[in-house]
Amino acid sequence: MENNNCFHCGDDCGKNPIDFQNKLFCCNGCKTVFEIFNENDLTCYYDLQNSPGAIPKEVEGKYDFLSQENIIEKLTEFRGDTVEITTLYIPHIHCSSCIWILENLNKINPNITDSQVNFGKKTVRVTYKSKETDLKSVVLILSQIGYEPYISLDDFKSSEKLINRSLIYKLGVAGFGFGNIMFLSFPEYFEVNEFWLEQYKHLFRWLMFALALPVVFYSAQDYFISAYKGLRAKILNIDVPIALGVSVLFIRSTIEVALDLGSGFFDSLAGLVFFLLVGKYFQQKTYDFLSFERDYKSYFPIAVTKINKSGDEESIQVYDIKKGDRILIRNEELIPMDGILINGRAKIDYSFVTGESQSVTKQSGDKLFAGGKQTAGVIELEALKSVEQSYLTQLWSNDVFNKNKEDGFTNITNRISKHFTIAILTIAFVATAYWLFYDASKAMNVFTAVLIIACPCAIALSAPFTFGNLLRIFGKLKFYIKNANVIEQLAQINTVIFDKTGTITSNQKSTAEYDGQILTEDEALVLKNSLRGSNHPLSRTLYDILKTNDIVSLDEFEEHTGKGIEAKHKNINLKIGSANFVGNSETASVLNTAVHISSNNIYKGKFTFYNSYRKGVSKLFNKFKKHYDLVILSGDNEGEFENLKKLLPAKTKLIFNQKPEDKLDYIKFHQNEGAKVLMVGDGLNDAGALAQSDVGLVISEDVNVFSPACDGILDASKFEELFKYIRASKSAITIIKWSFVLSFFYNIIGLYFAVTGQLAPVIAAILMPLSSISIVVFTTVATNILGKRLK
Amino acid sequence: MSVIYILLAVSIIVAIVFFAVFVFAVKSGQYDDSYTPSVRMLFEDELVKPKKTNTK
Repeated sequence: MENNNCFHCGDDCGKNPIDFQNKLFCCNGCKTVFEIFNENDLTCYYDLQNSPGAIPKEVEGKYDFLSQENIIEKLTEFRGDTVEITTLYIPHIHCSSCIWILENLNKINPNITDSQVNFGKKTVRVTYKSKETDLKSVVLILSQIGYEPYISLDDFKSSEKLINRSLIYKLGVAGFGFGNIMFLSFPEYFEVNEFWLEQYKHLFRWLMFALALPVVFYSAQDYFISAYKGLRAKILNIDVPIALGVSVLFIRSTIEVALDLGSGFFDSLAGLVFFLLVGKYFQQKTYDFLSFERDYKSYFPIAVTKINKSGDEESIQVYDIKKGDRILIRNEELIPMDGILINGRAKIDYSFVTGESQSVTKQSGDKLFAGGKQTAGVIELEALKSVEQSYLTQLWSNDVFNKNKEDGFTNITNRISKHFTIAILTIAFVATAYWLFYDASKAMNVFTAVLIIACPCAIALSAPFTFGNLLRIFGKLKFYIKNANVIEQLAQINTVIFDKTGTITSNQKSTAEYDGQILTEDEALVLKNSLRGSNHPLSRTLYDILKTNDIVSLDEFEEHTGKGIEAKHKNINLKIGSANFVGNSETASVLNTAVHISSNNIYKGKFTFYNSYRKGVSKLFNKFKKHYDLVILSGDNEGEFENLKKLLPAKTKLIFNQKPEDKLDYIKFHQNEGAKVLMVGDGLNDAGALAQSDVGLVISEDVNVFSPACDGILDASKFEELFKYIRASKSAITIIKWSFVLSFFYNIIGLYFAVTGQLAPVIAAILMPLSSISIVVFTTVATNILGKRLK
Repeated sequence: MSVIYILLAVSIIVAIVFFAVFVFAVKSGQYDDSYTPSVRMLFEDELVKPKKTNTK
């Protein structure tokens, strides 16, 4: 088997491999790619990784829209007289060979002057001479060598994306200030009353002041802004005590330096800001290659072919489709708007919209909805509505898509900070009152010292480091989460709602049951062999399920598209396909998909297909049932009711025939009754429910394929582990609580020095970093242990 | 001991130079993609190899 694999893409070459230069190829496309590389001296592409390529697709006519001025305008980031630059998203980028070949595009087409890959984002930035070549030919070259760019309506909207780098700058400034202030403050810690130091210490102190200025006013500005916003909304968030601490540190240090009272706390101040920003940076784990913000625009094409009155074909932008336009949809293209079928045989796959995997056949005159994918030949439709007003796209006009989920959610740090701030202020005032009475000269000193030492650096760091680390651990286990807040929300879930198709069932496998007269051995042989020749998805599935038989060559074989297969071998004439095709007149109410069989025009029976559930569904539900309410919300009919009933724990609610809006409303209703909902879905039809739920997770067979807007993406292979992951989020909250205890302990030590009026800069300089670092160590170690248990 | 002024000035200037280099590095996008360059670096040799075999 090993040497029967395609040299380019690694697929099995099947019966008729193409032999070229002693290498086997599965199809002409792969051979062509090899030839292109060979001609251009690029064959060391294959040295870097075995079979790195993808099967190139036939793309004739597909990219005609790229010759249109307004579309080129939107897709290019720079257009000069002779040079154009564009960034294309290529989902197939997966290994180092990909980077290498894509960065050597200029060898294939010399008019491409430069190409640069961003592996994380899976994009390639191509610079080419616009006089000699154009965007369309660049895209065609990429498609030919197996790197087809994905161009969707999403690209049309935003031609320029702003990258926010301010956090890195702030971190850099704080680190710069921190390091240099440390150097300047060290001499005074160790050489007290040294002669030369006494001479120059003012210079040192003013230099520290100067270095602290950008740290306070630039690096720490977000804390001041956030604290101000919190106070205005009457919330004591964690940034209030931080901002208070930073400003007291700065003001007191400045006064001390100006009045020659001491060296100030500039080193602690810069260190504090630096550590806080490091925590913020660490929490920002992003998955460049995933997007959690997608809506229908990422699925929709950018342009379609319109048929003019005169019969000419023309590419138009989908937003320009007006009611009454004639639109041409090719095989494998998505229907972007609601319309009426005029011409051609439509076989629409609505899996994007409903999650239902079997395609539906439509007759001319039938209404077709946006979001369906044509799977057989060319059709013509008349637009009934524009893109934005179509049935599917209207879902996005629901308010829930404009709402920010994080609003109205108080995280654990801010919950504790309220009590913390009040406690610290009380201690500060009580201590000051005591010293006013006892030794008034020290009162101000003690007041500021309390606010400085109590600055909740360690508390503010607990959550970012715990969640940040857990995000990384989850990422390694193929559970990709949008941000840290999601983990916290996940820990509070009490209701779990699953979609059915594609979520608890797998897309690929189905099981089929035979019902009817038993087939003779010869008939079974012919059945298997005729299915072998057919490319219809149902035939493929059935072929995989049936027992292996000898391979015989059929005497006659004909596939009637949309109806079935007719095959002849010796004296058996077998018909496989729809009920009408095989001549079965009884059309019982069929909820499940079935394939009927007749032999020599005598009806034999049918194979009924059932969804195949993911491995471990039953186990997972049984784990969930103790602590959570369970619901199945399905857009499908009730055909699977009995099966599900057997499979899942008795308390699981099963609700069928749910439209996307119904799902959303169902969740909303239960949230109003206090439920914290985790929605697990997969398709665009769940988009509303995912947005409405507290946490929306998407199950994905291949995380590089698009999934709708959500809070997290779970690789389908890890479906069984979902329960463990939710448990882990709960443990993370416990870890944070323990690190709060640890930081209170440090605060008590610090407060002892502060309240008794003994807080020297050197104590602050030791205690503050020490508490921060020990919190970081504790949370990191604890979450790593947690992560080990997950594996 | 007035040499301390020169030393301080030099150290501050060196620090500022490094800081400016850092800002420049961020601005030029070096921190946007931290993976691809590490792979790209290894390719330079591979590029030369096929040429060599051709000239033989």
